[in-house]
Amino acid sequence: MEASTKPSVSLNIATNPGAPGAREGFASLPMRMTVSKLNFFYGAKQILFDINMGIADKKVTALIGPSGCGKSTLLRILNRMHETVSTSRLEGDILLDGQNILAQDVTALRRSVGMVFQRPNPFPKSIFDNVAYGPRINGAKGSIADVVEKSLRHAALWEEVKDQLHKSAYDLSGGQQQRLCIARALAVEPEVLLLDEPCSALDPISTAKVEELLVDLKNLTTIVIVTHNMQQAARISDFTAFILTGQVIEFSSTPHLFTTPGDPRTEAYITGRFG
Amino acid sequence: MSGARVRWRKFVSNFMMTMTGLCALISVSVLFFILGYLVYNGGTSINWAFFTQLPKPVGEIGGGMANAIVGSGKLLFAASLFGVPIGFLGGVYLAEFSGSFVASVVRYAADLLNGVPSIVIGIFAYAMVVLPFKHFSTFAGAFALGLMMIPITLRSTEEFLKNVPNNLREGAMALGASKSKTIRTVIIPAAYRGILTAILLALARVAGETAPLLFTAFGNRFWNNSWSQPTASLPVMIYTYAVSPYEDWHRQAWAAGLVLLGLILIINIVARTILARGIAVPRS
Amino acid sequence: MVTTSTTYGSTGPAARSRSFLSKLRDGDEIARLVTFLFAMSVVLITVLLVYQLWVNSALPRHKFGLHFFATEVWDPIADEYGALPFIYGTLVTSAVALLLAVPLGIGAAIFLAELAPPRISDALQFFIDLLAAVPSVIYGLLGAFIVVPLMRTVIYPALNKPLGFMPIFKGPSYGVGFFTAGIVLAIMVIPYIISVSREVLLSVPRDQREAALALGATRWESTWKVVVPFAKTGIMGSIFLALARALGETMAVTMVIGNTPKIAASLFAPGYSIAAVIANEFTEATGDLYLQSLIALGLVLFILTFVINGLARLLIVVTTQKGSGVTR
Repeated sequence: MEASTKPSVSLNIATNPGAPGAREGFASLPMRMTVSKLNFFYGAKQILFDINMGIADKKVTALIGPSGCGKSTLLRILNRMHETVSTSRLEGDILLDGQNILAQDVTALRRSVGMVFQRPNPFPKSIFDNVAYGPRINGAKGSIADVVEKSLRHAALWEEVKDQLHKSAYDLSGGQQQRLCIARALAVEPEVLLLDEPCSALDPISTAKVEELLVDLKNLTTIVIVTHNMQQAARISDFTAFILTGQVIEFSSTPHLFTTPGDPRTEAYITGRFG
Repeated sequence: MSGARVRWRKFVSNFMMTMTGLCALISVSVLFFILGYLVYNGGTSINWAFFTQLPKPVGEIGGGMANAIVGSGKLLFAASLFGVPIGFLGGVYLAEFSGSFVASVVRYAADLLNGVPSIVIGIFAYAMVVLPFKHFSTFAGAFALGLMMIPITLRSTEEFLKNVPNNLREGAMALGASKSKTIRTVIIPAAYRGILTAILLALARVAGETAPLLFTAFGNRFWNNSWSQPTASLPVMIYTYAVSPYEDWHRQAWAAGLVLLGLILIINIVARTILARGIAVPRS
Repeated sequence: MVTTSTTYGSTGPAARSRSFLSKLRDGDEIARLVTFLFAMSVVLITVLLVYQLWVNSALPRHKFGLHFFATEVWDPIADEYGALPFIYGTLVTSAVALLLAVPLGIGAAIFLAELAPPRISDALQFFIDLLAAVPSVIYGLLGAFIVVPLMRTVIYPALNKPLGFMPIFKGPSYGVGFFTAGIVLAIMVIPYIISVSREVLLSVPRDQREAALALGATRWESTWKVVVPFAKTGIMGSIFLALARALGETMAVTMVIGNTPKIAASLFAPGYSIAAVIANEFTEATGDLYLQSLIALGLVLFILTFVINGLARLLIVVTTQKGSGVTR
């Protein structure tokens, strides 16, 4: 592991309340997920270095940083999507509600921790069948129609598609497809929802719609969002982690990080000097 | 550069390019010539009797090829039952599960099988199915034809499954679908159109095969009610009638040829149009 | 929270045993196993095929040895068998077929790739693909009733009168024979040459053509002297492919070749090919040596097409992988 010029900030909040990461009330917030001493490798190459952070329950946590810093990699580890790459190797622990996700059945984990991807990826099925997919494969009995409606409402899409549920998902616009993917992820009622730059492929109006619904969604589920758009992070998140070359440089409440960043590298990034 | 030389080169260029156009024209018109000739010679012989009657005894005029038509149907049906699952599931393995070494071995075997002349496939089917049971059978013919369907089905299945975008796979897995569930509920449905057309094309190819049937299903001038007995088939009938000395049989051979070719061309056209228009996975 | 740092990779032992069980429950391992078995059955079938061909041709191998390939005699009554007339017939008819089909096919491919606008090129290719789908027995039908009389009444007189002194054009013609079979085969393999050559020509980078034209070359010069040589290997591949098809053709050949196991210099003479003799005599073969000699011929044909197909694939793969550099 390469030495950094500055000791990486310890973000195990509970054991280090005095660290530059602790702020008002964070230590007392319930943590939905905790990442401890995470080191991640693709083969021999190390991508993430000693990540320690907590994801607060029913809050929006944003991961920001320049391209290639590892924020998407970190996100994908949270629902073990990294396992699709055979050379991936992981050290450390990741807890969801106190249970190590690496020891669980992975398909059960992914029902609890859902993901929305950068480019909308609806299935070549109808709108209804897309949203119903998750509940169906998880053996849901009873009325799926209710679940579908509920999820579409939460994704702010119901009014637009309620009369066309049997149309192909591909008939929707890009923004609508992304909201459909959000509805699809919500349909399995995940405890945590991971979003990997969900708006980067969308136009500004669709982006605004998605941001609006994410802020509302946190009452329903914990949200972790990767974004390269700092203004977006500032707008919608409660906590923000700044990641650079695989390390968490700074992690604090969003207003704090954006107005009074503790680390000069954070300040350089958010003022646009690089990234 | 002298003007005359340039003029000559231009002339040569135009001449040669016209010749290539002629080559293309000749090649394409062969198809229409074949069709036209079959229609001309066999069209009038296609009647109700052709489709419903059995062949008449040698020397007698008339009769039909009902048993050959049904026989071909049975052979193709059984061949699909045998060849399609092997090709399809093998293709699934190559696309979804296999490592590259195993994949290249299987692909190599499939390509090899594809290149085997159909008469040699017939010999293989003879050795495997006719010899042990000591008689010709519909099974043997279906086995031979099924073998020929395997490589096309396998390679096409692999290709169309691989073409399904990876983000669909990830979407399904992120919802908690296991690998096999993802394959069953998302990937195969996304690729089914392409796979189906490939199966149709494979079917069209073996529908016209004669050689492998000559000593497997052999032939039958009557109805065949058992899978372990020889059966008539359209291509074999055409051959038998065409090389015979009887005018009436020649007439019927033309009719049968028209029916067979018509069927094969229709399947081809339908399959290729589906493939061209309906892309296997609709783009967003 | 008390945690111990543990290594969980995709390869960690605890993770592996747990995920195997859950994979089993989900059917992943079963799916993998089942599809693996089916994939392997393809390999098994191929191995079995070669094995059966080998095992069932043992008698003539032991009795005649390599002499099998040098004998012209094919005498079921005396139980003497030799492969030479059939190998000869197979090769001669294929050679004639290629001589006729290659110029025509490459010419058509050039037209389709270089001259025709894309929509027309695609439409014509569609018809060519349909032509490739016409079954052998139909070609045989047309061969027997159109080409054979044509040969007897038109082609033979036209060639024999002026050129009859040449060994290949000598002798009488009954309409059937090597030449007729070669013509029918040529028509059958043209679509393969066209399809593959067209694709190969289309894949030649645009800048090759444009460089030639910018130097003042005519359309033809650019095509013939730059594009075609660039695609040379792939076109060779298409020819090999066509050859492999011609070698294995059965029905069309047996209906027009004359079915006579004799070697003759004249193209107008009747002959025989490997595939044709197997088709004709297999069910009539009395006695094991007879049958196994036929199977031995099948093995020869298999090896022949195996080699040619392998070469064809190699050539085509080499061309499609070719970058922008032209290797000479």
